[in-house]
Amino acid sequence: MTKNPLLEVRDLRVTFGGTGRRRRGDPPPTVAVDGVSFDVSPGQVVGLVGESGCGKSVTSLAIMGLLPHRGVRVSGTAMFEGTDLLGLSDAAMRDRRGRDLGMVFQDPLSALNPVVPIGIQVTEVLRRHRGLSAGPARDEATELLRRVGIPDPGRRLAEYPHQLSGGMRQRALIAIALACRPRLLIADEPTTALDVTIQAQILALLAELVADTGTALIMITHDLGVVAGLCDEVNVLYGGRVVERARRHELFATPRHPYTHGLLGSIPRLDAPSGERLNAIRGSVSDNLPWGSACAFAPRCPRELPDCREITPSQDEVMDRLLSCHNPVPVQVRS
Amino acid sequence: MNVLMQRRRERLDRLAEAGGPGGGGGQSLLAEAFTRLRRNPVAVTGAGIIVVFLLVAVFAPLLAPHNAEDSFEALRTSLRPDSIPGPMPGFPLGSDQNGRDELSRMILASQQTLLVGVLATVLGLLAGVLIGVLAGAFGGWVDTLLMRLTDVLLSFPSLRLAISIAALAAKASQTTVIIAVAVVSVPVFARLLRGAMLAQRSSDYVLAATALGIQRRHIVLRHMLPNAVGPVIVQATLVLASSILDAAALSFLGLGDADPGRAEWGLMLANAQSYLDVRPELAFYPAVAIILVALGFTLLGEAMREALDPKSRR
Repeated sequence: MTKNPLLEVRDLRVTFGGTGRRRRGDPPPTVAVDGVSFDVSPGQVVGLVGESGCGKSVTSLAIMGLLPHRGVRVSGTAMFEGTDLLGLSDAAMRDRRGRDLGMVFQDPLSALNPVVPIGIQVTEVLRRHRGLSAGPARDEATELLRRVGIPDPGRRLAEYPHQLSGGMRQRALIAIALACRPRLLIADEPTTALDVTIQAQILALLAELVADTGTALIMITHDLGVVAGLCDEVNVLYGGRVVERARRHELFATPRHPYTHGLLGSIPRLDAPSGERLNAIRGSVSDNLPWGSACAFAPRCPRELPDCREITPSQDEVMDRLLSCHNPVPVQVRS
Repeated sequence: MNVLMQRRRERLDRLAEAGGPGGGGGQSLLAEAFTRLRRNPVAVTGAGIIVVFLLVAVFAPLLAPHNAEDSFEALRTSLRPDSIPGPMPGFPLGSDQNGRDELSRMILASQQTLLVGVLATVLGLLAGVLIGVLAGAFGGWVDTLLMRLTDVLLSFPSLRLAISIAALAAKASQTTVIIAVAVVSVPVFARLLRGAMLAQRSSDYVLAATALGIQRRHIVLRHMLPNAVGPVIVQATLVLASSILDAAALSFLGLGDADPGRAEWGLMLANAQSYLDVRPELAFYPAVAIILVALGFTLLGEAMREALDPKSRR
C-alpha cells in the first residue's frame, strides 16, 4: 500500500517439527505461522495483535532469524531493502542484527545478563557494529542512557541489572536495541512485565524515539490499549494468519472481522453501565480448525456460516483494509 | 527470644546491605556472596585454617629452624633401631628416623603439599573448563564425544585412576603426581560446567545478545561462562582438598618423587610407618597436617557453595 516499504513480509510460514526423519510417536508438525504477509514503511509503527499462540512472537523471531535451525521450517520471504532476510547466511544475518534490526524483549530482567554490568552490555553492541573503542563507546553509552531517560547514566553504567528498577531496565534494553540506530525495531510485548504507569512511560518513550530517529517499529502486543496509543497500522493475527489489517482509526471505528470485533468488545469500558458483563469470545485457541480447508476461527465465531468450516476465506484487500472472512461484521458505528 | 531478635537484626542488616534499586554502586552477585560468606562461621574457620597453612608455606624458609635434608650429630648419636629421640633443646619435635629435625621437615613440606594440590587443581580446572565450554556451547556431536570421554574417566574410582596414570610414567616424580591428580579432577569440572552452560544456552539474555548480532564466541565467553562458572569455582575448592589427599596418597604409595631427602607429608607418613611402634608421633604430625588442610578447603568450599546457591538466598 505504501510506495517504498522498508520490510515486506510475504507468505511467511513457520512449522515446528516434521523436519528430518519422521518416527512413529513423533507429534505431528505444528504450523505456528501460516502465511503471514505485511509491510512496514520507514517511520511507521505497525502492530501485530493477537492472543497467546497466534504466532506474533514466532513471526518476529523468524524475521530476526532467531529461531533454532533444528526442527523448525521457515518459508516465505522477508525483503528488507531488497535483501531477503530469511535467505541470508548466519554470518550475514549476525552483521544485520543489532545494526539494521533491533529487538526489545518482553522481560527486561531476563533479557539482560545478570552478572554483566549495564555499561558493558551497552558498549559491546557499539564496539561490535560501530567499531568504537572502549573510551568513545563509554561516552556514547552514557549518552544513550540519558536519551532513554535514565538519570545519572554515568553511575548506572557500573551497575548490575538487579540494581535497576523494572522500568529502568526496560529503558536500558531499549537503549541497547537503539544503540546502532537500526532502521527496524521489533518490540515484543515490551510493556507486559511492567506496571501500568511505567508502561505508559515506556510507550511514550518508544513513540518519541520512533518519531526522532525515523526507525520503523513493529509492535507485538496483545494489549489493544497499546495499539490504540501507538500504532499507525494494525495487523490482527489469528491462528498464525493475518485476519484483518487496517489503519488504527478505521480498525477501532469499524472492526469487520468477527475476531477483531470480539476483541474490542471484550475490553472493559469506563462508560459502560455498571453490572454489565464483559463480552468474552467463547472457546479457546485449542478449538482452531486448520486454515487449509476452513476458517480457523469458525468454531469460536458468533457469525459462523456453514461455508466457514468448508472453505478457506480469501484475503481480500479493499480500500486499505485487508480482511479474511466469509461473513464480516457489517459496517456500522459500533455501539 | 534473644536468638530471634538477633536473627531479625541480621536479616535487616542484610536487607540494608543489599540496598534497594539504585543503592550502592556496582555490587555484583559475587560481591554479595562474599558478604554472606564473611558472616558464616564455617567459612571463616575454613578460610582461617587455609590462611595459616598458606602463611606457613610462604614463610617456610624463615620459620624452619633447620634444613630439611641436614642430619644432625646431636640427634644421630641417640638414634637406635628401637628408639628415635623426642623433643630436645633446639629440636622441638625431635628427630625423624634419619636424625633430621622433624619440625623443619614438617614446615618445609607444607610448600610441597600445597604446591602440588594447587597446581593439580588449577590444571584440572583449566582442562575441565575447556572441555565443559566446548561441550556446552556447541552441543551436538562435540558434546556427545567429549561427554563420553569424561564418562570413561569418571567410571574409574578416582584414586585408582590416579595411581594407574602415575604408574604409567617412566620415572616417578612430582610432575607425574600433579598430572595424575589433575586428570582425575577433569571430568568433574567438565560435567559441572557443561550442565551449567547448557542451562544458560536457552536463557533470554543469550537470545537477546544474539538478537544484537554479538558473535557466538563472545556470547559464550563473556555472557554464558561468567554465569555458569560459579558452581565450578566452588567445586575447585572442594577438589583442592581431595587433590591434596590424593597427592599425599600417591607419594605415600611411593609413586611420587622418591628422593628420600625431600620433605613431603605423604612421603613422611609412608616412612613413619616402619617406626610406628618406636615413635608414633612421626606418623601423627603429617597425618594431622594433611587432615587439617583438607578440612580447611572442604569447609570453605561447602560454605561457598551455600553462599552462591540462589536457593539458599533470602
